[in-house]
Amino acid sequence: MMNKSKASKFLLFGLTLAAMVGFTNLSAQDGKALFNANCASCHKIDKDLTGPALQGIEERWPSKELLVTWIKNWPAAVATGDAYAAKMKDWSPAAMNQFPNLADADIEAILTYIRDWKPATPAPAAGAAAAPVEEGDNSLLFGVITLVLALVALILLQVNSSLRKLADEKDGISSPEPVPFWKNKTYLAFASVFLFILAGVYISKGAVNLGRSKDYQPVQPIYYSHKVHAGVNQVNCLYCHGGAQEGKHANIPSVNVCMNCHLAINEYKGEPLYAEDGTEINGTAEIQKLYQYAGFTPGQPWDPAKAKPIEWVKIHNLPDHVYFNHAQHVVAGKVACQTCHGEIQKMGEVKQFSDLSMGWCINCHRETKVQFTDNGFYSIYEKFHDDMKNGKLDSVTVEKIGGTECQKCHY
Amino acid sequence: MSNKIWQSFGALNKTERHQAQVEDEFREDLPFEAEDKGLLSAQAPRRDFLKYLGFSTAAATVAASCEMPVKKAIPYVNKPDNLVPGVANYYATTYVQDGDVVSVVAKVRDGRPIKIEGNTKSPITNGGTSARAQASVLDLYDTSRLRFPAQIKNGKVVEVSTFEAFDKMVGEGLAGLNGAPVVILTSTITSPSTKQLVGEFLAKYPGSRHVSYDAVSYSGMLQANEATYGKRAIPSYHFDNAKVIVSLGADFLGTWLSPVEFAGQYAKGRRIDEKNLAMSKHYQFESIMSMTGANADERFTHKPSEAGVVAAALYAAITGGSVNLADAKLKAGIQKAASDLKAAAGAALVVSGSNDVNVQVLVNAINEAIGAAGKTINWAVTSNYRTGIDSEFETLVADMNAGKVGALLVYGANPAYSYAKADQFKAGLAKVKLSVSFNAKLDETTELCQYVCPDHHFLESWGDAEAKSGYISFIQPTIAPLFKTRQWQDSLLKWSAAGVTYDAYLKNFWIGKLGSQENWDAALRDGVISPATMPVGGAAFNGAAVSAAAAALASAPKAGTWEVVLYEKTGIGAGAQASNPWLQEMPDPVTKATWDNYAMISAAAAKELLDIDLTNNGDSDSYEVNPKKPVIRIKANGKEIDLPVIIVPGTQKNTIGIAVGYGRSEKVGVAVRGAGKNAFPLSSIVNGAVSYAVYDATVSVTGEKYEVAQNQVHNSYEGRMEVVKETSLASFKKDSEMFKRQRDQLFEDYASKTGDYRNEGSLYDPRLNDRPGIHWGMSIDLNTCNGCGACVVACNAENNVPVVGKTEVLRGHDMHWLRIDRYFVSDAKNPDDVKDVVFMPMMCQHCDNAPCENVCPVAATNHSSEGLNQMTYNRCIGTRYCANNCPYKVRRFNWADYTGADSFPDNQTGMISDVTMEMNDDLYRMVLNPDVTVRSRGVIEKCSFCVQRLQAGKLEAKKQGRPIEDGEVKTACQSACPTNAIVFGDSNDKKSAVRNMRDHSPLRMYYALEQIHVLPNVNYLAKIRNTDEVLEAEAMHTEADKEHNH
Repeated sequence: MMNKSKASKFLLFGLTLAAMVGFTNLSAQDGKALFNANCASCHKIDKDLTGPALQGIEERWPSKELLVTWIKNWPAAVATGDAYAAKMKDWSPAAMNQFPNLADADIEAILTYIRDWKPATPAPAAGAAAAPVEEGDNSLLFGVITLVLALVALILLQVNSSLRKLADEKDGISSPEPVPFWKNKTYLAFASVFLFILAGVYISKGAVNLGRSKDYQPVQPIYYSHKVHAGVNQVNCLYCHGGAQEGKHANIPSVNVCMNCHLAINEYKGEPLYAEDGTEINGTAEIQKLYQYAGFTPGQPWDPAKAKPIEWVKIHNLPDHVYFNHAQHVVAGKVACQTCHGEIQKMGEVKQFSDLSMGWCINCHRETKVQFTDNGFYSIYEKFHDDMKNGKLDSVTVEKIGGTECQKCHY
Repeated sequence: MSNKIWQSFGALNKTERHQAQVEDEFREDLPFEAEDKGLLSAQAPRRDFLKYLGFSTAAATVAASCEMPVKKAIPYVNKPDNLVPGVANYYATTYVQDGDVVSVVAKVRDGRPIKIEGNTKSPITNGGTSARAQASVLDLYDTSRLRFPAQIKNGKVVEVSTFEAFDKMVGEGLAGLNGAPVVILTSTITSPSTKQLVGEFLAKYPGSRHVSYDAVSYSGMLQANEATYGKRAIPSYHFDNAKVIVSLGADFLGTWLSPVEFAGQYAKGRRIDEKNLAMSKHYQFESIMSMTGANADERFTHKPSEAGVVAAALYAAITGGSVNLADAKLKAGIQKAASDLKAAAGAALVVSGSNDVNVQVLVNAINEAIGAAGKTINWAVTSNYRTGIDSEFETLVADMNAGKVGALLVYGANPAYSYAKADQFKAGLAKVKLSVSFNAKLDETTELCQYVCPDHHFLESWGDAEAKSGYISFIQPTIAPLFKTRQWQDSLLKWSAAGVTYDAYLKNFWIGKLGSQENWDAALRDGVISPATMPVGGAAFNGAAVSAAAAALASAPKAGTWEVVLYEKTGIGAGAQASNPWLQEMPDPVTKATWDNYAMISAAAAKELLDIDLTNNGDSDSYEVNPKKPVIRIKANGKEIDLPVIIVPGTQKNTIGIAVGYGRSEKVGVAVRGAGKNAFPLSSIVNGAVSYAVYDATVSVTGEKYEVAQNQVHNSYEGRMEVVKETSLASFKKDSEMFKRQRDQLFEDYASKTGDYRNEGSLYDPRLNDRPGIHWGMSIDLNTCNGCGACVVACNAENNVPVVGKTEVLRGHDMHWLRIDRYFVSDAKNPDDVKDVVFMPMMCQHCDNAPCENVCPVAATNHSSEGLNQMTYNRCIGTRYCANNCPYKVRRFNWADYTGADSFPDNQTGMISDVTMEMNDDLYRMVLNPDVTVRSRGVIEKCSFCVQRLQAGKLEAKKQGRPIEDGEVKTACQSACPTNAIVFGDSNDKKSAVRNMRDHSPLRMYYALEQIHVLPNVNYLAKIRNTDEVLEAEAMHTEADKEHNH
């Protein structure tokens, strides 16, 4: 109890501190808002996008006045004949927007934000890191207790044997020279059996997991967030993965499906996105990446013939000898996507949720109940229907109709 | 009288080696040590063991610790609406090979055609296919296809970079002809639009012409019809209307004209209703054992030189003249056939495979006399399968040699290989100013041309085919062209500056006829358009030529001791698809030989020529068990050919049968390498027509031996010959319970209490059989199976069954999941006196009490609740106990990595045959079915009842929330079958076709080896042949049963 309340006090203190730091950074916050509203669709601070990376921008320009002029009306800055401005004009074929409405103070705020910007190390990560420690505490505690108990047992056994020896000596029974415990064969036997079993367990666990890739979360060519699409914006899974209703593959949508929406939606305005390593993701820039693949220039009609395919990294891989059909599960079995893919609507980049092992499949087939009375296909199972009417059966599992047989998945 | 059923001469004689052979499922030990000492007593087994152990542990560690490879998933850029990756689309199209036309549906999976099915909308084939049509999808992915337009200089192919450049070269050639005629030389063209297009092209070059050339000519028939009916055409035949069929050497079920169509019709007369026992009667007069002859009720042999006399004798017998034949048996046969024909007038049909005008004239006269016209022969709808006239081609060759031909454009035809006087053709070709070939490969003729502009495969093409007048079948592309090829029609359009592409030309052509775009779309979707009802009628018969023909055939031509007859094999035909590995490995229906042609001789001839007495055990063993066959040299027409001998009972004693279509140029594919010899040079031109027989040949024994890969003797049933049941119609009428009684006896012996053989006869808990839901079952009618092999090839395509090549077939390593066992029925003493041949498709019987399942140490094979005997490859460790314990010998072991499934790509070089290596090329592998696992080395495989189709069918029903319908799922073999001999479905469904077939034929229904209580899910219907012979067959069967019940 003591420990726990202490920890929460520390947490409270930390949060207050963080909040205070936040308040002192008010102007920078202002700058951030201005940056996001005006600059973020083309610029990132640490990376080149449609426009160049902005970090250290003030040092790069010969004078701050010229920079401000450039931001407000870049052709005027070029007109001054400055070499750097001329160079920046040709940085990209896409011309920069002009911002005559930005006040000098606004520009100053933006520049301050850029100056003070540091790569984000989000707080939740620290929290997430703290949580396992708490869990680890328990196992450590159990470990220590086990170790202490084992030590106590060892000492007691030693004491016991010493006492017996003393008692024997008293009774005049001669006993052999005592064997130290590290040479005691009983102990050694116990220890080696214990180690053997422990090693066996770890090796077999490791071997079973060979070729499995649970939690596989590769970096994709475009940071596509399921959280934004399926979570926040509630896009139906089947809108993009319509194949799941029709055949074995759910299919990754083709570029034209992306472009159905993204012809109109060309910037990301939602909550900030963070990659797994904590770096902030510029949603608008990711949309730009899509445009690159699609060969699309905003404001011009799209010609799908110019598109290039996107080479996504395949996450869910089954061995060649496994036949898996999405339609069977989604349409006939009415299984929700999340059952196998996890809470996909909360994932940024997709991560493999299940280990996709045969045991995992089989367990589900053992437990899942078939849509027995709803689906006309099962009307041929007259015996089971009779049994259900008579109350002998309350439901029919997939296993009951042969769903765990080899040739349901291997042929 | 007692008959014996046998597969091989060894089985006929019960020789010792035969007995020893049938006891071993596998003829060899595992290849650990060359010496036959076994692993443990081998030299230094411990060290080797440690080496193997060390290597495999290290390899496994390295392999396992490697990171998982990163796989990419690349979606479409712009997905077409009608396509879902992973879901197959089906497009109606047409298999066209020379004059052969079969309406088909191509299964296209993710943009690749992978399987051919019959088009059930076609009233001609009714969804039937042939082995060649089934195999044609593999030709699309043939690695030896020409990949670009080219100039041929000194036999070398020099690519022409663009079609424009090519067109310019050919255009200059055509312009420089100075009025010399252009000749378009093709195999038979059935396409109406192409005929029109060719006409338009020729109109631009005055004096030009189109010549049709058929490798196996029907010129005699066309000319006879012209003489007697005034039409140079071939009528439609209706074998289904015929109660009596007489075939004079026509292999109409295998190779003659349109076998898929005829097999379907023929089967209607062979199907038996047990309540009303009747079937058609089929007489066959021939010199060799053809597949059709094997199916005949009564079969008579004659010398090839007597073919004319036999036709004349039949004509005489029909018209009341005197039958003048020396051979008493043959004479009696003719008289019997004639009286049956006359009795069945109006429902009788005579066909002849002869290319002799006189024979065909007489056959027409006979058909007129028996009232075939308008009944079994339909002149209102003519067939367009063959149009070549021998004399026209002969004139062309003469013109070419005389320098009278300016340009020769060759499409489909390959006379340099198949013409009787190929040398003259070749010499003539060299004198032609401009020669262009459109053939898809560098075949024998193309090689000698100056230019080649390879045509698309039919699966890449647009087109149409009019197999019969008014019956159109359309061709639409199912895949974008794989190579820089062009349809030959497009080339013609280009060179005649028509300014239109062929697809537009075709569309205009048909919209003009059909009226609208919608009708054209509908026609393409259905693949066929045909009249609502088939017009039927005869034609005015002009008998003026008959007496002259009869006089010409009155006496047989002078003949020597040995005569040769050339024939087509069901799989290879005239050799156009000889480079197809599936067809090469498909066993010939009669000889069960693969990868070769050979000299077929009779048992009597073998004794005379080679001193092999098959009734003598030692001789029969040394001939049969050893695949090395003696080679004979046949000299005829100034040519000679050395071929191994295959003894085929039922061959005429003086006749040697040789298949054409072999010995192709190696440039057409790896599969033809070493596959047989070309027999076409033995043909000759007699009275202006090609004759495929030689009446006087000299034969000598060379003393050499040559290995022929036959697979019949690989799989036998350890002497249990009651696998197959057959009898004569007369016997069956007399004792219709003869087969049922055997079953009843079985039930009485083993299930006397309840009569429930299934449960009472079993050691297992009967509740195991109490499975609700679907129970898959198959029923095969031996009366309608004619052995054509379409199912075998369909199974190869559907289930990724590997081709193993000749060397592996020789070792008994053939992988076919479905084989067709051929049984001869003859008198035990005289094998040449064949009374019946039974073809029995044999695949995994999916026993409910399967002996393979309980011997598997790792439970890799086990039973499903739907009655399937499941095989799980990834669990199999290759002990082969299951194969040893299978009473039907249907399990196949992957002795090598035939499909390239191994992770090390080249470690099979030298282990597997060249053709198998070639089949592992990425191009060939495009034909693999992605829904079926490609098996790796060391596992057993076998028929799965096409479980992938069953699962897909069930899913479709589930998605729609309805029970699965009967006939909704079909196995590959079932849907390929032109005669519907195979029926498949849910045997728990009382209304299903399979259940119907079992319930309605209780007298003929049987399970193979039912007495061993393995409870197969495949049943057969016993074969009945329509003869008057009354047999004591039952005595033999009971004897056999007793023998093996112990």
